[in-house]
Amino acid sequence: MNDIAAAFALALALIRAADPDLVEIVALSLRVSLTAVALACLVGLPLGAALAVLRFRGRGALVLLVNVLMGLPPVVVGLLVYLFLSRSGPLGAFGLLYSPSAMILAQFVLVTPIVAAIARQVVADLHAEYDEQFRAWGIGPWRRVGTLLHEGRHSLLTAALAGFGRAIAEVGAVIIVGGNIDHATRVMTTAIALETSKGDLALALALGLLLLGLAFAVNTLAMVLRHAERGRAHA
Amino acid sequence: MPELVSPKPKPPPPASPLLPLRVEGLCYEQGRQRLLDGIDATVEHPGCTVILGPNGAGKTLLLRLLHGLLVPSAGRILWASGPQSEALRRRQAIVFQRPVLLRRSAAANIDYVLRARGFPRAKRPGRIADLLALAGLDDRAARPARVLSGGEQQRLALVRALALEPDVLFLDEPTASLDPASTLAIERLIRLAQGRGVKSFLVTHDIGQARRLADEVLFLHHGRLDEQAAAKPFFKAPGSSRARAYLDGRLVL
Ligand SMILES: Nc1ncnc2c1ncn2[C@@H]1O[C@H](COP(=O)(O)OP(=O)(O)OP(=O)(O)O)[C@@H](O)[C@H]1O
Ligand SMILES: [Mg+2]
Repeated sequence: MNDIAAAFALALALIRAADPDLVEIVALSLRVSLTAVALACLVGLPLGAALAVLRFRGRGALVLLVNVLMGLPPVVVGLLVYLFLSRSGPLGAFGLLYSPSAMILAQFVLVTPIVAAIARQVVADLHAEYDEQFRAWGIGPWRRVGTLLHEGRHSLLTAALAGFGRAIAEVGAVIIVGGNIDHATRVMTTAIALETSKGDLALALALGLLLLGLAFAVNTLAMVLRHAERGRAHA
Repeated sequence: MPELVSPKPKPPPPASPLLPLRVEGLCYEQGRQRLLDGIDATVEHPGCTVILGPNGAGKTLLLRLLHGLLVPSAGRILWASGPQSEALRRRQAIVFQRPVLLRRSAAANIDYVLRARGFPRAKRPGRIADLLALAGLDDRAARPARVLSGGEQQRLALVRALALEPDVLFLDEPTASLDPASTLAIERLIRLAQGRGVKSFLVTHDIGQARRLADEVLFLHHGRLDEQAAAKPFFKAPGSSRARAYLDGRLVL
């Protein structure tokens, strides 16, 4: 009990002093996850909107695939990306394994289906509302995709936030493809796993607290956005 | 039949290029239900054709069929140049019973349809300003369309439809639940469009409005066309007993 209290105090001290190791780990975490989410949005938002609006052969199968991928455990995603990036894999020539790029790729694979699935739902609901007006105006399918992404921008931001929440909190994929190398690929979650197993609870707790804070920040932001949106719709 | 001499003669509206409209044996079914049943009509008057009838008579369905948003189960709709097509629909515009406004500013709502129709970029701001002024919404240009009042939304939806410079305008209860001033503002816009040669089809439950605007009346009941008549004789003495009952405010069964 005393141990925990001491570790807690030490953790707060680390945060207050902006310990360089701590800062480095947090910065890398943010860089990796923010990049991964940005890329995931670039692909996932148009993909989800297209799945909601366009009618083409194999659409049902693609929707199913997105939903299946959304439920994949991070370690499985890590394993798949590892196989791709390993020396004998199709992307082995780039030598990306155990680099932040590999971690970005893994989180991208993890988050894109989430963003796409939420975008599909949001855009499908909007499309039901706008469809007849679009037809009356003679708006083609591609312009509809663009328009609806814009119309749903506030709800879609929450999709991005959900993706970020998943990316920053995930450990299985980044530890496999990143390797948790000190000063190179160590992020918040992998550091927590390692420090805890080593018994260095202070750093683990400090990172845990920061993750908790981030989770609060992200969810608060999502809630504020939802409220703002509701206010706009019903004012 | 010779035109009746009206006390306040209004200049005859310019001929509309899409007329005459011929509707032949038009039916619309949903499941086993026949919602529109064998409608035959020829519309030649270039002014305002008002569609009257009790709730559920099929007025909205008829408008959507005429605009080509629904496919008839049987029968035909022929405009002067032929059956409804994508190209013809671009020369028509509709304002829905519940207008669908985009989640952006009033000005951006108009900009959207202008862009979609390839209206030249340089001329857009001026055109948007003109249309907003027409709707009396100059000072609301930057406001999100969905926070506008009901009347303002209806006016915006109407000028947004006019932005497309249609030859034919379909209006589904454009003044339902509006106050008298907003109603008159909308009617003024409809008349203005008519003066420019826009043929209009107007669904309304406001008998006063029907009297003010109609050149011709279609009276629907239970999915059937009960009566088609010029406005004057219709309001003086409707031919069908159901139309008479409807105008008197009696229950039509
Ligand atoms: N998609 C549909 N499926 C089943 N029934 C429908 C459908 N659309 C319309 N109807 C029915 O068709 C009838 C005519 O509907 P319509 O909306 O044209 O009425 P309306 O004359 O416009 O009435 P109101 O004055 O209330 O607007 C109604 O009984 C309605 O319930
Ligand atoms: Mg209706």
